Amino acid sequence: MNVGTGGERDRAAFQELARSELPRLYSLARRLGALDPEDLVQDCFLRAYRSFGRLQEDQAGGSWLRTILVNLFRDRLRRKARMPQEVAVDDVAEFSLYRAIAEEDPFPYSDSLHLDFLGAFDEDDVHRVLIELPLHYRAPLVLRYMEGFDTKEIAAMLEVPLGTILARLHRGRKLFERQIWSYASVHGLFGDPVPVRGA
Amino acid sequence: MIGCDEAVRQLWDYLDRTLSPTDLVAVEGHLAFCRRCCGEAEFARELRSFLASHTAVEVPADVRVRLERFVDEI
Repeated sequence: MNVGTGGERDRAAFQELARSELPRLYSLARRLGALDPEDLVQDCFLRAYRSFGRLQEDQAGGSWLRTILVNLFRDRLRRKARMPQEVAVDDVAEFSLYRAIAEEDPFPYSDSLHLDFLGAFDEDDVHRVLIELPLHYRAPLVLRYMEGFDTKEIAAMLEVPLGTILARLHRGRKLFERQIWSYASVHGLFGDPVPVRGA
Repeated sequence: MIGCDEAVRQLWDYLDRTLSPTDLVAVEGHLAFCRRCCGEAEFARELRSFLASHTAVEVPADVRVRLERFVDEI
């Protein structure tokens, strides 16, 4: 396969970058909820290779690839008109996971109740909680807190105003808190069932 | 002076350092005397770390082989 190159040296440099970033890109594709993360990563590599010559700073290669992947993901959703609608989250606006854990006390013998709560979740649990969030809230949450992009970068990637990103981050965090509490109860991470408040 | 509800609402933005100077002073002023909100802030910090530490989804071996082959063929 030859997609247009800047020479053999560029090709080798790109391949090295792509191999090193492959796990992180695949993770990001999964976290975003891509239906076919493998295909999305392939598209990302193709798109990136075509413009690799314009990448100046080697250090920025990982962030550059992740931005391309997010752009492709956004474009795919638009084409399929699968962007979910904004959902009302007024019912979770006042939910506090901190208070829920303190009040329900799911680990009565624990000296570090809140940390023990978080420690009950493995990678798969976290993925399942995230994937249940509407995409409008999941994408900013993943990009900000798991991928470390700042809010202006996220606004540019997703092509929405900064104020909208800030609002979605706020709602997304609240939804995440409620969902993680609900998930722990439903999946028995407490041992004994605990009432799901505000669900 | 702001109350607990307002302070808690702004905690993540406070930790993200995206608050305006005025709001920053208000949240810091509240945290200076409210023990419960200090607990909320500490937990919000833990929750951020929790999210940051759960970034890795393992690439299935067969997917990894196919993607590496794809890169080799570029």
